[in-house]
Amino acid sequence: MDRRRFINNYLPAGLMVPSFMSGVGFRAYASGHQLLDNYLLPAGDNDRVLVVIQLNGGNDGLNTVIPIDKFGQYYNARNNVYIAQEKVLRLDRHPNTGLHPAMTGMQQLFNEGKMHIVQSVGYPRPNFSHFRATDIWMSASESNQVVNTGWLGRLLDELYPGFPSNYPNTTMPDPLAIQIGSVTSLTLQGPAQPMGMSISNPSSFYSFVNNQSDPAPNSYAGKELTFVRETYRQTQRYGDVIKTANSKVTSQMPYPTGNTLADQLKIVARLIKGGLKTKIYLVSYGGFDTHANQVNTGDTTGGIHARLLGNVSSAIKAFQDDLRFLEIEKRVVGMTYSEFGRRIKSNGSNGTDHGAAAPLFVFGDSVQPGISGNNPDIPLNATVSDNVPYQYDFRSVYASILSNWLCVDAGMLNTVMLKQFQNLPLTKTGTCSVLSPVGDPDQLLVPYPNPFFSTIKVQFKTAGGHTLIQVLDGAGRLVKILIDQVMDPGTFETQYNGQHLPAGVYYIRLQNEIIQQVKTVIKV
Amino acid sequence: MIATLTPYQGSWDQSTARHLLKRTVFGATKEQVDAFAAKGISACLDQLLDDSAPQPSPPVKEYNSSAAASPDTLIAAGQTWVNDPNNDGTVAALRRASFKKWWVGRLIFQEATLREKMTLFWHNHFATESADVGNAQYVYKHHQLLRSHALGNIKALTRSVSVDPAMLVYLNGQNNNRTAPDENYSREIQELFVIGKGPGAGFTEADVKAAARVLTGWRNNATKIESFFDSTRHDTTNKEFSSFYGGKIIAGRTGPTAGDQELDNLITMLFSVEEASLFLCRKLYRWFLYYEITSEVEASVIAPLAKIMRDNNFEVKPVLRALLSSSHFYETTYIGAQIKSPADMLIGMLRETDVQFASADAYAINYPLWNQLVAYLTNMQQNLGDPPDVSGWKAFYQEPGFYEYWINTDTLPKRIQYLDILATTGYTMNGFKVAVNGVNLVRKFSRPENPNFLIDDLVNHLLGIGITPAHKTQLKRDILLAGQSEDYYWTNAWETYVATPSNAANTKHVTTAITSLVKYLMNLPEYQLM
Repeated sequence: MDRRRFINNYLPAGLMVPSFMSGVGFRAYASGHQLLDNYLLPAGDNDRVLVVIQLNGGNDGLNTVIPIDKFGQYYNARNNVYIAQEKVLRLDRHPNTGLHPAMTGMQQLFNEGKMHIVQSVGYPRPNFSHFRATDIWMSASESNQVVNTGWLGRLLDELYPGFPSNYPNTTMPDPLAIQIGSVTSLTLQGPAQPMGMSISNPSSFYSFVNNQSDPAPNSYAGKELTFVRETYRQTQRYGDVIKTANSKVTSQMPYPTGNTLADQLKIVARLIKGGLKTKIYLVSYGGFDTHANQVNTGDTTGGIHARLLGNVSSAIKAFQDDLRFLEIEKRVVGMTYSEFGRRIKSNGSNGTDHGAAAPLFVFGDSVQPGISGNNPDIPLNATVSDNVPYQYDFRSVYASILSNWLCVDAGMLNTVMLKQFQNLPLTKTGTCSVLSPVGDPDQLLVPYPNPFFSTIKVQFKTAGGHTLIQVLDGAGRLVKILIDQVMDPGTFETQYNGQHLPAGVYYIRLQNEIIQQVKTVIKV
Repeated sequence: MIATLTPYQGSWDQSTARHLLKRTVFGATKEQVDAFAAKGISACLDQLLDDSAPQPSPPVKEYNSSAAASPDTLIAAGQTWVNDPNNDGTVAALRRASFKKWWVGRLIFQEATLREKMTLFWHNHFATESADVGNAQYVYKHHQLLRSHALGNIKALTRSVSVDPAMLVYLNGQNNNRTAPDENYSREIQELFVIGKGPGAGFTEADVKAAARVLTGWRNNATKIESFFDSTRHDTTNKEFSSFYGGKIIAGRTGPTAGDQELDNLITMLFSVEEASLFLCRKLYRWFLYYEITSEVEASVIAPLAKIMRDNNFEVKPVLRALLSSSHFYETTYIGAQIKSPADMLIGMLRETDVQFASADAYAINYPLWNQLVAYLTNMQQNLGDPPDVSGWKAFYQEPGFYEYWINTDTLPKRIQYLDILATTGYTMNGFKVAVNGVNLVRKFSRPENPNFLIDDLVNHLLGIGITPAHKTQLKRDILLAGQSEDYYWTNAWETYVATPSNAANTKHVTTAITSLVKYLMNLPEYQLM
């Protein structure tokens, strides 16, 4: 696989595919088709960019995207940290869902159609350890599988084969990925080495001389020596490139001060505008492990979480405004993620403990506005064990962005993502392949009887293609897969004998290509 | 077949002594290498494991707190603040900074024992962030706990850490009560402190919840600078654990001793799982030797080490002695295979070149100098006292790169920049200059007048991996001989310098050449290894 495949699958940002092509995968036209080849822009400053924002620590999703239509249950579950209903920020066209009061900037982005909320993003068998869960998100592995490469590291390894030998070169003179900060993330780990570059200050690289290299011994010591030497080489080669790009931009929109996420995004905007062909930028912002004092006693709209979300929101808003000012708004899509959400029920420390699925945000001028999924179900009397079950696999979000925004073709997508995932309409129709958002799929999945005692029947409608039906327990863990196959369109029924299950809340989850639905059932 | 825990029987010389010292102290001086090479491996281990020296005197007030709302005016300059309960936010920040400077000072002035390396090991293991803890008295008390147990009993240390005021703040133990247990510490004591998350770690979410209930009721008293148990907040019901812990039930207790009794039960239960010793030995192995643990190493090094740990009831000294005197530890493949942590690089550089600070009691001069080193370490991503999170620094746990995570395109230029500063101009505060004196260093070598010996000795002393004879010849010609080809050119210059240091032109030439040589070697990738 080579860069050519990537280019071939690329449509210029902002160009809408004619409507007659709806429903047709773009790949069919990729090579040599006159119409689309005309649309291909020369490699240059038209490349698409993905900005990934990591919120370290496990962001409390229920206090970020607030389920207004389930306010009673929400209040019951967390009466010391809940956000008062009248304080929740409202979203146009979505009266049942609101944002934390500190997130005015992101509320504005959403209402302007520049943000997409994906509800309850997670994965089967959630892990509650920060470190393991972070590794799972960064490697895009199964929960019980250890993968020592990152999802974007694998992508870059496919796009730029053989890196770092013969790089930089005329095709790719710039860093493949840039991580703002001084750390190296597993996300960018390729099969043999990190594929990205870390920088904290693009204007001041300390220059040093690269000295003579003696042969490295064939030993562990030699392995580490080779690693250090490679970092020397890349620092020197890319240092000037970055300084040059950085110095080209002389004017930017204002960013909030005292906000390290804003500081990082400001650098990203400069480097994109400065002409780097780098496609991937990683930034991070920490402190979301809010076991205690997540909110202030007496005013839950203040406290640690409010400060964090306020900074995230104002940083992203300033970034988006700057991108527009710099006239690169159409080239950039961003997404947030955190290693997990937090428990439905709050703890006694005005905080919340580690949980499972949580919402994430995709933002940019090219995103498909709206909300994927429903507000999470919250039990009437939530216990310390209850968790938000996932509606969307986080790898579906990754895969959708790779294929629909970065225009990675299906073959490469499978290699990068390790298996197939549901494709979600997160970006506007026609950016690469063609997807249209679906209407309310409310009646696609009907479990009965509910509550059930032993056997539960599940009636479901599939539009054809890959269809998956899962049973999850109250903590969001996978209990059983009922259907996992390619099906013809139609309405079907399956059943599950849950006699052995402990009484409590369970979820039935349907996934059919881009459609998904979760229904709550009670075992008595 | 790899070498195992069997005692090392090979020759004992400068290179083995240097390897042992570089991994056990921060930077080996020329004198220490000579002394270790002379006395044999067993005596070296005796010295490294000897922690009988008195604990250092605590940090002192060297700051001005007059801008604080509640300044600590009763503490005189130069007196310690660690027992004064003042917890004004401004004062606490000044004290936390004072603590960090003091800690760097302890690293600078360390003796050739394992005390400092193991204190930092425990800080990385039981990681806390001073900025989160806030209360500087707690921060120091916690550090003192790690320091005093650095070479002691792991079970005892774990028990003490569990109810240590700083840890009770950091992982919310002080908020953990029977009505709504907080699981933060309960999870980490299992996942990060005792059992780990290796393939043999089988504790469950229910175990996390059960242990949280065992630990309910502990609180802090900031005035007394200590924790206490509040039985009214304690969950008095039985706590049942999974089959991983043998289905153990910790009986719910009531009354003032309930917390201590149940904590004792919990510690006993955690350490009774064999995985605990395996996990702790892997962590020690990665700290001292190398991060990759093959199945062969697991079987022939980790497993027998873990048995030693269990047989000695979790005393750490026998384990360290076995590892550091094993034939495995001295295998060639591992010599120079550690990428230096920022502390190993920076403190090590200052110590191996014998950079001088003011005398140990000259706090007013030393603290600002040490503060600069705190800043350097922080910029290189090792902020002592504030690791990134509760898991410590990534270099010691993150697959697949481990130590390699210290070095990237951001931190590498910083490393070289700081080395260059120290190797050339140095930095000056209040009229006191900190800089490498290369001439004083090479004077200690066997034959500094001979450019070949000089370069050999300096390369051996500084670099983790050697360089080729051709590379050395080039260095000699370019730097010491200033482009000439005859060795006597250097010999004459050196001998003139020794006999007539007042010959300004010659002295300048000699010192410039040595400075260039030291800087050159420290700029090499090989210098980043140990």
